[in-house]
Amino acid sequence: MTTQTNVTEREQNGAERTRTGRWFRPPVDIIENANELLLLADVPGAASDAIDIDFEDGVLTVEATVASRWNEEATPLLQEYGVGNFHRSFRVSEQIDASRIHAEYTDGVLTIHLPKAEAAKPRKIQVQAAG
Amino acid sequence: MALARRTNGMYPLDQLRSQMDRLVSDFFTPMTGRYAARSETQGRGFPALNVWEHNDDLYAEAELPGIKSEDLEISVEGGDMTIRGQRGGSPSEETTYHRRERGSGEFVRVLRLPVEVDAEHVEATLKDGVLLVKLPKAESAKPKKIKVSAG
Repeated sequence: MTTQTNVTEREQNGAERTRTGRWFRPPVDIIENANELLLLADVPGAASDAIDIDFEDGVLTVEATVASRWNEEATPLLQEYGVGNFHRSFRVSEQIDASRIHAEYTDGVLTIHLPKAEAAKPRKIQVQAAG
Repeated sequence: MALARRTNGMYPLDQLRSQMDRLVSDFFTPMTGRYAARSETQGRGFPALNVWEHNDDLYAEAELPGIKSEDLEISVEGGDMTIRGQRGGSPSEETTYHRRERGSGEFVRVLRLPVEVDAEHVEATLKDGVLLVKLPKAESAKPKKIKVSAG
């Protein structure tokens, strides 16, 4: 059983258009358990110090800059994907304890832990037998 | 839109792809999410590859986030490079998925190499989810300077 949680993707606003370079939308998994929401994002090629996570007014924004791996002198033979920065933001309606948000980055996968605020955790209500 | 979706490069040599790139099988088990969609629409399979040539080496690069080096096997044989591996799913205790876009499962991709390579000296590194395979060309495939002697 889960509490009612909504994580909706935030529409990009006009400001995003001023960004330079190539930006990609990383694929994510969003998982909920009793204590937290977990957001896993594939951001391969980003260094851990090039990842910015911001949570403000219920909006979680993830941004990762990826250094170019392009060698000017090389001759491309096959190009199936583009390389660029990652950006994505979500509106999180669940009550989150912002002070306890933390994240790890391993093997190109960013894991963000969004602990639920105490009030949002499911509670078991004990029914007491009457006298 | 500033957020470009990943698009195919339009390099002229891409046309050679169908000859170069022999896909033996997609995934043993269907993958979900972006990768599956990509392989269906483009028929290229997972992982997507960028391949380039620099001096006497070929380089093949693939994005493999969440895959450990011990879950990855790369082999070069008979003019083909094979990348084989798997990505596990996420923990399944008492959880609810609100979104599931990241693929998981096993994959095999075979790339027909455009030139002969020195299989003994192939090097592969995996860093921050990016695999880079360096394939030195075989002596026979290296460009040779031909001296023109005056007659």
